[in-house]
Amino acid sequence: MTRSVVITGVGAVTPLGVGARTLHERWTAGVSGIEDGYGRASEFEPKEHLSVKEVRRSDLFTQLALAAAQEALEDAGWDGEKPYDPERTASVIGTGIGGIGTLEREHIVLQQEGAERISPLSIPLLMANAASGVIAMKHDLRGQSFGTVSACAAGAHAIGMAERLIRYGDADAVVTGGSEAAITPLATAAFGRMDALSDSGISRPFDRRRDGFVMGEGAGILVLEEEEAARERGARILGYIRGYASTSDAHHLTAPEPSGRGAARAMELALKDAGIEASDVLYVNAHGTSTPLNDRAETNAIKTALGDELAAKVPVSSTKSAIGHLLGAAGAVESIATLLALRDRIAPPTLNYGEPEDGLDLDYVPNEARPLQNGDVRAIGLSNAFGFGGHNAVICLEAS
Amino acid sequence: MAATATREEIEGRVFSALQEFGAEPDQINPDATFESLDIDSLDLVELAQIVEDEYGVQLKGEDMEDVKTVRQAVDLVMSKLG
Repeated sequence: MTRSVVITGVGAVTPLGVGARTLHERWTAGVSGIEDGYGRASEFEPKEHLSVKEVRRSDLFTQLALAAAQEALEDAGWDGEKPYDPERTASVIGTGIGGIGTLEREHIVLQQEGAERISPLSIPLLMANAASGVIAMKHDLRGQSFGTVSACAAGAHAIGMAERLIRYGDADAVVTGGSEAAITPLATAAFGRMDALSDSGISRPFDRRRDGFVMGEGAGILVLEEEEAARERGARILGYIRGYASTSDAHHLTAPEPSGRGAARAMELALKDAGIEASDVLYVNAHGTSTPLNDRAETNAIKTALGDELAAKVPVSSTKSAIGHLLGAAGAVESIATLLALRDRIAPPTLNYGEPEDGLDLDYVPNEARPLQNGDVRAIGLSNAFGFGGHNAVICLEAS
Repeated sequence: MAATATREEIEGRVFSALQEFGAEPDQINPDATFESLDIDSLDLVELAQIVEDEYGVQLKGEDMEDVKTVRQAVDLVMSKLG
């Protein structure tokens, strides 16, 4: 028989503050976490969440993941004795770049002071799998543990892999999500040089004036469990990962395929995987980066996947309008935002939206949250995540 | 380079380094083992870097192999200072 996957806990650290519900409540209220053109997790103070040793032995991207994981596990009621055999519990955490802040600092030390002065902690801090390994160590998760790397789709790929581990029977529970801390001199300059960043410092997805994405940082972590086991232990079930799919554009190193063909196929396959009709989708949480190319290609993709008629009706909004682009954390943070929005039957808004563009004509939920269809209908949504390299990953969620 | 450092100075510096590494302050004393303080080989490499920076003493991997307690580490630095 098929094993299904429930979400029992969520945690997030984002530019809107510490806490998954803080993210949901503030975004829904129309608050922006972007200041001076950056989405920094400025309310996060590592020492409030981690021991001296943990802080010292982790890059910021791992610190963010540890704090979000702590919240998610407490939310799932795992703060006492672990409800699962540690050997059947996994840790899968995505990141776009990993510990680039550590890499940049140590490279300066190398140039200015020489190889002898490099910290012996450099590699364990900067490696892209550090968050996965450290979370596994801290919480004694002895099943599969690895990172996923697919640029801005990494967090969604992690959740998809986690869901598969449970469904396939390799694990009974997985701590999964994504983390990123790349607001560093090199990463910021490099994204800037490719004209990906917004000159105005305003994230306004789908608006005619959009001029690039705003760099953000943070982490989002979910606790996934096999449904029967979760019910047996009396867990509170927040919702379900109903389906997942991933495709590749095979088109260009950074640009999305303009018709959105690959992204559309990922949405269609995620619905097929979930056994859900397009007409049952209540809400789409768009990748919506605020770059000229993504928002146009993604609009095309949504029309292809849902059909023009449905696409015209379904609310589509972008979390990035409120927190910027969290790169490898985006897919995870936005899946959490999608789940909590579906639970409250509300479509959070696309902020800073004012001027439509020809062909970008979906219901982007401009500037103010709006109730979703309620009543007997199931609360089903899609969360899109696309990455440089042509990676498309889509999660189909249902709130309970 | 403080080649004239006293034992107290070196011990104080080692104590403060261990605190920076995350050891519990009230458990740090000369007889504490690094294992009991949760100080591992990566920490000891950093400790060696600090000692070299501040006292000009080079501690090599093989020197550190038999060092199990805080006192032994201070002894090693003192012996290198001559």
